Amino acid sequence: MSVRTTELVIIGAGPAGICAALEAASHGVKTTLVDRGEELGGQLIKQTHKFFGWHKKSAGTRGVLIAKKLAGEVLNNENITLLNSTEALGYYDDGTLLVETPRGIDRVLGDRLIVATGASERMLLFPGNDLPGVYGAGAVQTLMNVHGVRPGDSVLMIGSGNIGLIVSYQLLQAGVRVAAVVEAMPTIGGYAVHASKIRRLGVPIMTRHTIKEAYGKEQVEGAVIWELDENWNGIPGTEKDLEVDVVCLAIGLTPLAELLWQCGAEMAYIPELGGFVPLYDETMETTRKGVFVAGDVAGIEEASTAMAAGRMAGLSAARSLGKVSDLDYSRLRNEIAGELEGLRSGPASAKILSGIAKMRAMLQSVKEAAAVSEAEPANRPAKQAASEPTDAGDLPKAGARDSEAQGNNGSKSEEAVGA
Amino acid sequence: MSTLVTTGVPSAQDIAGVTPPEERRARGPYATIECFQPIPCDPCHHSCRFGAIQEFEDINDIPKMDWSKCTGCALCVAACPGLAIFVVDETYSETECLIAMPYEFVPLPEKGQPVKLTDRAGIVVADGIVQRVVAGRKPAGTPVVWVSAPKRLATVVRGFILRKEG
Repeated sequence: MSVRTTELVIIGAGPAGICAALEAASHGVKTTLVDRGEELGGQLIKQTHKFFGWHKKSAGTRGVLIAKKLAGEVLNNENITLLNSTEALGYYDDGTLLVETPRGIDRVLGDRLIVATGASERMLLFPGNDLPGVYGAGAVQTLMNVHGVRPGDSVLMIGSGNIGLIVSYQLLQAGVRVAAVVEAMPTIGGYAVHASKIRRLGVPIMTRHTIKEAYGKEQVEGAVIWELDENWNGIPGTEKDLEVDVVCLAIGLTPLAELLWQCGAEMAYIPELGGFVPLYDETMETTRKGVFVAGDVAGIEEASTAMAAGRMAGLSAARSLGKVSDLDYSRLRNEIAGELEGLRSGPASAKILSGIAKMRAMLQSVKEAAAVSEAEPANRPAKQAASEPTDAGDLPKAGARDSEAQGNNGSKSEEAVGA
Repeated sequence: MSTLVTTGVPSAQDIAGVTPPEERRARGPYATIECFQPIPCDPCHHSCRFGAIQEFEDINDIPKMDWSKCTGCALCVAACPGLAIFVVDETYSETECLIAMPYEFVPLPEKGQPVKLTDRAGIVVADGIVQRVVAGRKPAGTPVVWVSAPKRLATVVRGFILRKEG
């Protein structure tokens, strides 16, 4: 087993991870970017629709073209080493990341870590949900837009968030019929322009409706939908039988945070952010020092904010490695923070903002608890608490080699105690 | 609650708010921006060469039109990421209007081709003819298709299908 050493390891080469890598590398940080896919770009490589956002950023460009551009920048950057087709298997206390490359198991030892692993799709319980023909929206997009394979002839879409609406549009473009989009909530979840676009193409969007069952012998041959009452129960007599061979689930995403659990980062269940997320500060650093996050793993959002948050994580990691001057740091930090604030200033972002506020309040109380326990003389000698990074027993050591070298990383009062 | 958020079809009130006054409609082609929710997006403003789509104070602003400056060039139709902009020319002929619509399907229709015109719910409302096809900008711009439609349906027709659904 070989060991690669590097200043910064980034897991996930989606929009967040790539932008983190490009930002860090621009400050001279030797960066290793790990992704299990062969192609760079994460979900962007399936996004054939045009993006919203700022004209001067990537608005109006299609995700697949953004992926191509970003991938080109990564491949031409001499500070970035790309490990593609490589799965991150686990993260250990000494800062070792275990990876499985096409050639075998390797160790990557980095001074800093950015987790940008993204999200996974949620499943829905209903009779027949194990039949072939029941897909997640991500799988449908991969089949159609990466491999050029139509998933079926006629689709029932479950969920009217942006993913459900956009994938419905892509299905129509591929010549697949979309029988209906059903939405359990009283209103459409995604942007109205996406909804209007598929409605104009004749796809009914049925709010307060859900799937009752999918049926078929060997595979999906049809699905029954029904209306929901105010208590979310199906109303007997409202059933409609749809002749479809695909049921596509687009009911939401949940952060893919296993590596952060393993890191010992403080986690919290915050529904507004999509489930369990790490607690992290404005610089995107988690409670485990030297471990940063960006993108959907930090809270389910979209690609434009993931790219900005990725840059913030990359900048923070570079800063903590001593690679960014005070002046550059404050300028760039303000610039990226302003961009994030702008992207999140509309009503569509109210939920994510309330989730972030909740998460920050929890982070604050964790920090306060840590400060109290640090000040407690019974727990450890006061002198040692002020100068020693940690005792390995209760504080996980991220970027361990670095904090030992500098000797002061663990002494700051705001450092949080691991779980 | 507007039908926009329950069905995807904007209400009559929504449409009235983005349709210019009668005298402007009688004067020549105009853009109508069917974008009713504040979302972070501004390419329409930057696409306009004539300053008709006013500058955004905030990225989430809903686009505001100055119809006195709009020439009906339809650059914004191709630029809008939400495919929410249309150009309507009610001076096209005595009985017909011309409507420019974004169209991201293959194959593109050809000039002179008859089509079924649809409304905002995808329901066929009349027959029309393709008058002009503007291919999208490379590598992946949105093509714009101009179709002629009965004049009385100038604020109704917002889509078309090439052939009868089989």
